[in-house]
Amino acid sequence: MAENGKPKTKLLDELEKGPWPSFVTEIKKTSDVSPMCDDLLGQLELSYEEKKGHWKHGGIVGVLGYGGGVIGRYSDVPEQFPKVAHFHTMRVNQPSGWFYTSDALRTLCGIWERHGSGLTNMHGSTGDIIFLGTKTDQLEPAFAELGAAGFDLGGSGSCMRTPSCCVGPARCEWACYDTMKICNDLTQAYQDELHRPPFPYKFKIKCAGCPNDCVAAVARADLSIIGMWKDDLRQDDAAVAEYAAAGLDIQKDVCDRCPTRCMSWDGQTLTIENSECVRCMHCINVMPKALRPGKERGAAILVGSKAPIVQGALLSSVLVPFVPEAELFETLQELIKRIWEFWDEYGKNRERVGELIQRVGMANFLDAIGLDPAPEMVTAPRDNPYIFLQKETAK
Amino acid sequence: MTPKPKRITDIGPPHYEKFLPPVIKRNYGQWKYHENLAPGVLCHVAESGEKLYTVRAGSPRLLSVHTIRLFADLADKYCGGYLRFTSRNNVEFLLTEPANIEPLKQDLQAAGYPVGGTNNSISNIVHTQGWVHCHSSATDASGLVKSMMDALFPYFVEEKLPAKLRLAVACCLNMCGAVHCSDIAVLGVHRKPPKIRHDLLPKICEVPTLIASCPTGAIRPATVDGKQSVEVIEEQCMYCGNCYTVCPAMPLNDPENDGISIWVGGKVSNARSTPKFTKLAIPFLPNNPPRWPEVVDAVVNIVEVYASHAKKFERLGEWIERIGWPKFFQLTGIEFTRYHIDDFKNAGMTYARSTHIRF
Repeated sequence: MAENGKPKTKLLDELEKGPWPSFVTEIKKTSDVSPMCDDLLGQLELSYEEKKGHWKHGGIVGVLGYGGGVIGRYSDVPEQFPKVAHFHTMRVNQPSGWFYTSDALRTLCGIWERHGSGLTNMHGSTGDIIFLGTKTDQLEPAFAELGAAGFDLGGSGSCMRTPSCCVGPARCEWACYDTMKICNDLTQAYQDELHRPPFPYKFKIKCAGCPNDCVAAVARADLSIIGMWKDDLRQDDAAVAEYAAAGLDIQKDVCDRCPTRCMSWDGQTLTIENSECVRCMHCINVMPKALRPGKERGAAILVGSKAPIVQGALLSSVLVPFVPEAELFETLQELIKRIWEFWDEYGKNRERVGELIQRVGMANFLDAIGLDPAPEMVTAPRDNPYIFLQKETAK
Repeated sequence: MTPKPKRITDIGPPHYEKFLPPVIKRNYGQWKYHENLAPGVLCHVAESGEKLYTVRAGSPRLLSVHTIRLFADLADKYCGGYLRFTSRNNVEFLLTEPANIEPLKQDLQAAGYPVGGTNNSISNIVHTQGWVHCHSSATDASGLVKSMMDALFPYFVEEKLPAKLRLAVACCLNMCGAVHCSDIAVLGVHRKPPKIRHDLLPKICEVPTLIASCPTGAIRPATVDGKQSVEVIEEQCMYCGNCYTVCPAMPLNDPENDGISIWVGGKVSNARSTPKFTKLAIPFLPNNPPRWPEVVDAVVNIVEVYASHAKKFERLGEWIERIGWPKFFQLTGIEFTRYHIDDFKNAGMTYARSTHIRF
């Protein structure tokens, strides 16, 4: 028990103990930047005592010219904690892959020290740098300094949210397309849709360089761009033999774990029936020196994932099984245009693309965006006979 | 004085190339393979033969500008000023000089930021705002994460699990982040219907949007004291809180009844098995700040039972699919209740429709 020190954070002081870095320590050591931190801790301590949050509902604030990027927040106990009466969050668009120089980080810190609480999240779940806590009158000055430093706000509201990507070709031998570039190019191409919410609801894009999906694109993006290859795995037999010699049980740990059992090992040679491989990545993950994705690279495009609200959680499902890397940006732009046109026209208020597809049916959605059905889009054909035949199919 | 003429807008993020270390620029897209040198330390080898060393450290995600400057100073000292953050909010230092690895690790550890989180470890917990910044949270996020990571710390700094194990926390059913697809997920939940502020509702809420926000159709228009408002059919309400998201006059926070549910078996990667949603393990545990002991014990128990039973490379969800859910409940000692049986749309898909039964 921490009776000494500040009695008003007796409960939170407990969370300064233990080996994992403490967020309470982070807040405490920032109080020299802004007195907001003391009141934030005070209010949080009250929440811990009462087991409930103390933020008022919603809050609509922003910067001129944009319809999003700032999450307004007001304390519901402002008399008690006046310094967090306003405590708005600014979302700052992160560079692709969350790479920084120390100078860029210091610039961001300086801006936030001058105009906010000095507290951040590195990063928000969608990818943005989160500037945590400022007052309404500081939004414009902070935004002006950010712009001068080459940074812009990210997305919030019913807009294209800030796209994000895995580290991709910057530091991964498995990247099947340039996730960093596609993420940056899409962000720049759709600045208007990002800053001025035009849609029925939010729309997220995530770029993963391979099926390991290190940005969880399949689960956390309405449009999930996941790297794939089309030709054979590249295989180095000598390196396979080295793994075997080093004690890896290739039969058990590689072949028996293959979901399609397309590999065999005779104690000397690993044989892969590439036409049966579903590119799950397991064998490559286990033997990165011996196996690599093929050379004919590109991406699969999946659509529709979302969290449960309202009609249940969805994972993205296959829309285009393979787009060669050279055509990827153009194809994405065309697809995005068609998806947004249809969704904007037919989506209900607060209806995600995935829910719209559930409501109208995937086949109608494919018609609307001009794609032909393909067996790669389903895990199985339907098992019920309630088929809507199109008028011209019956005489 | 209008600020309009001088405004800089629509510039987007800075181009990433400005932030890439020279070794990455030289070998961009030309990496050959990587090795794991130690927990938290990776080595990527390029076709050119050049090597890039990565040191990964845990972070509480909520960071002071002072800590960011500390990371910047360490990046200057050991790696030419280059660093990045990961998709699980760890910080990574990008080095070319292997002799700098140990001194950097020591500096990080001395400052309280542990090195680890690679391969078959428990890496950082993806989490949300909780009571620090959100209006709809049923629990706190940062406090839960700190309490769990303290207890699971050995799993962060070592790689001793059968496979990687992803934890996530979301403070309400909106499930911001990765809760619906993690190996173990901790989710804040309510247990009481919203209290309708009939005095405020007609002034601040759009009733059709409010009615459409309910997944179970529990909200109906109603006239209360001569004013337009809504009523909630309480038997149809499962306390998701989405009505409060769209209408401030429907608060449902309730300190005694809000709490935690625990979910297991999700994944996003395609390795071996296809991506999976998490499934309910424990319907309710109390909010017990600052340390949430019931939640921490439950999570540690699931981790330990999984670690001692799963086969090499088997993710938690893959292990459960192999042994079956009855065995999961038996081995973990978790009680199976009526609440585990799905009763939302298409619920029948999750009923056992075979006689494949183990005894």
